[in-house]
Amino acid sequence: MTTAPALALERVTCTFASRDDPAQRYTAVRDATIEVAAGEFVSVVGPTGCGKSTLLNVAAGLLAPSAGGVRVFGAPLSGVNRHAGYLFQADALMPWRNALANVIAGLEFRGTSRTEAVAQGEDWLRRVGLGGFGNRYPHQLSGGMRKRVSLAQTLILNPQILLMDEPFAALDIQTRQLMENELLDLWSADRKSVVFITHDLEEAIALADRVVVLSAGPETRPIGEFVIDLPRPRDVAEIRLTPQFLALHTQIWHAMKEEVLKGYARQQRQ
Amino acid sequence: MPGSSGNRRFWAQVAPGPRTLRAYQALLLVLVFVVWHVLTSPTLLPPVYFDDANKAAFFFGEPLKVLSRLWNWFASGEIWAHLWVTLVETMLAFFIGTVFGVVIGLWLALSPITSAILDPYIKGLNAMPRIILAPIFAVWFGLGIASKVALGVTLVFFIVFFNVYQGVREVSPNVLANARMLGASPRQLLRHVYLPSAMSWVFASLHNSVGLAFVGAVVGEYLGSASGVGYLILQAEGVFDINTVFAGILLLTAFALILDWVVGLVERRLMVWQPKAGETERV
Repeated sequence: MTTAPALALERVTCTFASRDDPAQRYTAVRDATIEVAAGEFVSVVGPTGCGKSTLLNVAAGLLAPSAGGVRVFGAPLSGVNRHAGYLFQADALMPWRNALANVIAGLEFRGTSRTEAVAQGEDWLRRVGLGGFGNRYPHQLSGGMRKRVSLAQTLILNPQILLMDEPFAALDIQTRQLMENELLDLWSADRKSVVFITHDLEEAIALADRVVVLSAGPETRPIGEFVIDLPRPRDVAEIRLTPQFLALHTQIWHAMKEEVLKGYARQQRQ
Repeated sequence: MPGSSGNRRFWAQVAPGPRTLRAYQALLLVLVFVVWHVLTSPTLLPPVYFDDANKAAFFFGEPLKVLSRLWNWFASGEIWAHLWVTLVETMLAFFIGTVFGVVIGLWLALSPITSAILDPYIKGLNAMPRIILAPIFAVWFGLGIASKVALGVTLVFFIVFFNVYQGVREVSPNVLANARMLGASPRQLLRHVYLPSAMSWVFASLHNSVGLAFVGAVVGEYLGSASGVGYLILQAEGVFDINTVFAGILLLTAFALILDWVVGLVERRLMVWQPKAGETERV
């Protein structure tokens, strides 16, 4: 393997023109450079509305940056990022497919044989704790179960890079901690590169090897990086209580606070 | 009052409610027929409005004769051929209209430029009272099945077309992005995302489109044909046989209800993935 990072955003700038008035422009992200090494778990935190999802869509290849570029294992990215799996914030399951059919959708798109796909799909449903729920449709599952189906749907393709956009934001706190621990278990089994976007600093620290702090939008850019040297394996519920965690939290929060207040003030003005 | 508690208990048994719904519905039907009979029978009541005892029957028919006409149709078996023709016309109109609607709806929804160019024409064609095309279709396709099917297709097409168009436009951007990230090619997006989403809208309008296919068939028959239930009504009207006209109308109504019921069955089978009222919301 080369030493190229798994994912590199290089001086990415994203400017959106207003649909009603093309002269009015909004720069969501400016000159953002983020690198993620192979096997590294990076959390990206920032105030709400700072363009975190925009960055992730650029990394996924769903959105072309206005300037700058993306490299995936050293190769420039054009079109959808084939090495990446994307876990969306909102529900993104196909409502007309049952859980199993949703999980194996990616395999089906790649032309895997039906029997093989179903076998793998059932295995993954069991791994995320949903064995026996394969024939349920998304509307028949709870929010947490739908998130698990999404996780299995993404991981079954064995992506080398996992992009996660506040995937657990809509879950209650207990379910959320369960899911976070499950995510860490699944991740430690075969270290993928993970970019985990969240506005929750505690979640960011508990999960990641490194936390990247973004400035308040518009013109978001990374303003700080913190290495999280907490021992693994971790239990996200327990690790929050350790002094080491609290020290890191204080340190990062100190760096973030000003930006959070800035973002809040800007939202109030609008 | 003695026995009033017994009366009350009896009333509780037969009061209008969910349990006695069907009985009351049947009762209403019988009531309508009885009133109809009493008001039109030449011998039962002295004429209330008309100066001649037979005029009411002439204008409004007599339910007993209407029912006996229906009975004769089925007993002799002559009605089956006509019903069959009407059914075939309805089904053909429905399927052809749906296929055209889905294909053209998908095409226009996925090709904004084409849709922008065609927009005023689509609006115009939809606004046009298309029933008026029936004579033209009769000239083009003759008095057989084809002209009725053509009329039905023009009615069904627009319903399906607009629903597919809407369905494709309303595809959740998240579902779409997710499918793309899972590696779906444009063709697979069409087959696995756009089409199912559009079909859910088509099924939602199934009652409407089958109903209009039926309207197209019957109106087409009525305007000129050699068979079908609409043809029977047309013939009877030509000789002022109002009872047969009413018999035909009753038959068509029953037929439409059966068609609607079958559509309901199909809908329930195909739409298992959609939450029903009381379950969670659609995502």
